[in-house]
Amino acid sequence: MYIIVVGGGKVGYYLSKSLLEEGHEVLVIEKEARKCATLTDELGASVLQGDGCEVSTMAKAGMGRADVVIAVTGDDEDNLVICQVAKHSFHVPRTIARINNPKNERIFRKLGIDVTVSSTELILSQIQQVIPAQSLVHLFTLRSVGVSFVELKVPPDSPALGRPLRDLGIPDDCILPLVIRGGQEAIIPYGDTKLQAEDQVIAVTSEASEETLRRILFG
Amino acid sequence: MRIVILGCGRVGAYLARMLAAEGHQVTVVDRNSAAFARLGADFAGNLVVGTGIDEDVLRRAGIERAEAFVAVTNGDNTNVMAAQLARDVFNVPRVICRIYDPLREEIYRGLGLETICPTLWGATRIKEILAG
Repeated sequence: MYIIVVGGGKVGYYLSKSLLEEGHEVLVIEKEARKCATLTDELGASVLQGDGCEVSTMAKAGMGRADVVIAVTGDDEDNLVICQVAKHSFHVPRTIARINNPKNERIFRKLGIDVTVSSTELILSQIQQVIPAQSLVHLFTLRSVGVSFVELKVPPDSPALGRPLRDLGIPDDCILPLVIRGGQEAIIPYGDTKLQAEDQVIAVTSEASEETLRRILFG
Repeated sequence: MRIVILGCGRVGAYLARMLAAEGHQVTVVDRNSAAFARLGADFAGNLVVGTGIDEDVLRRAGIERAEAFVAVTNGDNTNVMAAQLARDVFNVPRVICRIYDPLREEIYRGLGLETICPTLWGATRIKEILAG
């Protein structure tokens, strides 16, 4: 896929890195020359120096053929405009906006942005130690279909320990696509998989089943 | 008329003074309280300090009862977002949004915002004057 990332700060950097590793064609648009140099030198990413809110910069970036545009600047108003212009002027099929003020999530949804990512929660997910006990961290939410990607850490007293996943009564509209063990081993779980304490679990769940999932894993 | 003006720069302050002098109920919002000095000591309207893309700030400015909202900060994107907040979240009947960038102005006019682009106006007018 051709993915344009607008904003080459921390979020943009790690995002681009992951996307490149996954084999995508990535272009980063960043205003500051210094950040552009870092991105090029360290990631080998294609970088376009310029204001990603400017229509001319977007055109130069080949936004018309982008499959996804991800706006991750530090300013919510810029991210909104980038996504709206990408969608309406360049007909980009999928636009994703980072939001800083959590209250803006509802507004962005109302103004036609499909996917919003709360930077606060994204950062939380990267610093695993600070994930609060007994809590689901929302990585992102697909509002239109009411589905969330959440992350959690299995506590030492979890009632789910040592039992096969298929016996836990996980609702049909909730799946666990990934378990990370010991911070490095990625396990794609199936029915026989048994969770261990401290496992990081990524779950895809309907909003309705979040509470059930919480109960199953935290007791 | 109850009017909320976002941005107390030259245009915002001048507009606020004119409207207040005509007897309108004007509230001016700016994130920098020092900007209110432009309104003069005799300004009769209300002042709210805060960023215009925060719905709490806009509520404090009385946007829920406003009949008109004008976005004239020096940031195009701030104006665009605030204007859409006013129109789509708070249902303000009349919303005017200043956008300096002519390309962005064209896009948001196409999306139904009532916009003005001083860049285009100014350049066109100067060209007219030069042409005699």
